[in-house]
Amino acid sequence: MAEQPAIDPMHQFMIHKIVQGPVFQLGGLTVDMSITNSVASMLAAAVMLVVFFALTARGEVVPNRAQALVEALYNIVDRVLVTPIIGHGGRAYIPYLFTLFMVILTLNLMGVVLAVGNVAGLSLTFTVTSQLAITATLAVLTFFSVFILGFIKHGPKFLTLFAPSGMPPALLIFMVPIEMISYFVRPLTLAMRLFGNMLGGHVVMSLFGSFVVALGLVALSGGVATLAFLPSVLSFGMIVALTGLELVVAVLQAFVFTALATVYLNEVVNFGHGH
Amino acid sequence: MEAEAAKLIGAGLATAGMIGAGIGLGVLFGNYLQAAIRNPAAAASQQTMLFLGMALTETMGLFSFVVSLIILFAA
Repeated sequence: MAEQPAIDPMHQFMIHKIVQGPVFQLGGLTVDMSITNSVASMLAAAVMLVVFFALTARGEVVPNRAQALVEALYNIVDRVLVTPIIGHGGRAYIPYLFTLFMVILTLNLMGVVLAVGNVAGLSLTFTVTSQLAITATLAVLTFFSVFILGFIKHGPKFLTLFAPSGMPPALLIFMVPIEMISYFVRPLTLAMRLFGNMLGGHVVMSLFGSFVVALGLVALSGGVATLAFLPSVLSFGMIVALTGLELVVAVLQAFVFTALATVYLNEVVNFGHGH
Repeated sequence: MEAEAAKLIGAGLATAGMIGAGIGLGVLFGNYLQAAIRNPAAAASQQTMLFLGMALTETMGLFSFVVSLIILFAA
């Protein structure tokens, strides 16, 4: 593009280096160990989670505020997801699912709550979950752990997952490829969903933010243009409303990601019982 | 037509796939609400299923969103 556009909602997703780290070659790949804004945000999230864990790890009979919060969050994973969907056999997998939930929740919320820090054009915070690389890592990790767990628990018999029972053998020629495609597209959809939701929401917020400034500047030129204050103020109202919506989306997407991981896990744990 | 202009039009057209996701979400939440009003006692127990259905429906819309992003920035 010839000129830099005034409104650039994608700028917030740019990765830039904060601290230059060592760069070395590893098996033909260039590995750059620099601290980027993405890495810094993830480190901050990790520190927050560890502190939160340290505050709540020692359970007390009368919970303090942090413990009350973590118990509420744990109940979401345990009583809303794992127990109704998988049943008793799923309890062993709660640590992984709860970790997944907390990591995504923290990263999502950091992107919304700390976005205030970006007001003056300072890129202090960064929505890590709006990077496809991060969500894809989480999705692939989840999907293949579940898939490999299926083979560990059930052996080669697990492959009958792709052949629905009670199916005429002639139809299997069509059904097995379809089932396989719909099974292996799962990590893709898991990654896309989180990525798309976070990216989309933040782009819309950023667009309305630039409307406030752009229209406000137009209004300052005086005359009839003063009327532009009205849409400027309306855009600001939209940002307030969208921030609320984004908070809901941040929690909901963490929940949905964990819920789908639980559903996929259910097929492995209760293999052969359900269908 | 210039390639750049065609790209922008294509990206806009690709988002038309969200129509389906919109209809789907409307059907999903409409039916949930209808069922919840008929039998409020059972509503809370089906909320997880509602959100799962929402996530799966939404994916279809997000695919079109991603296609338009690919057209704009990657292709």
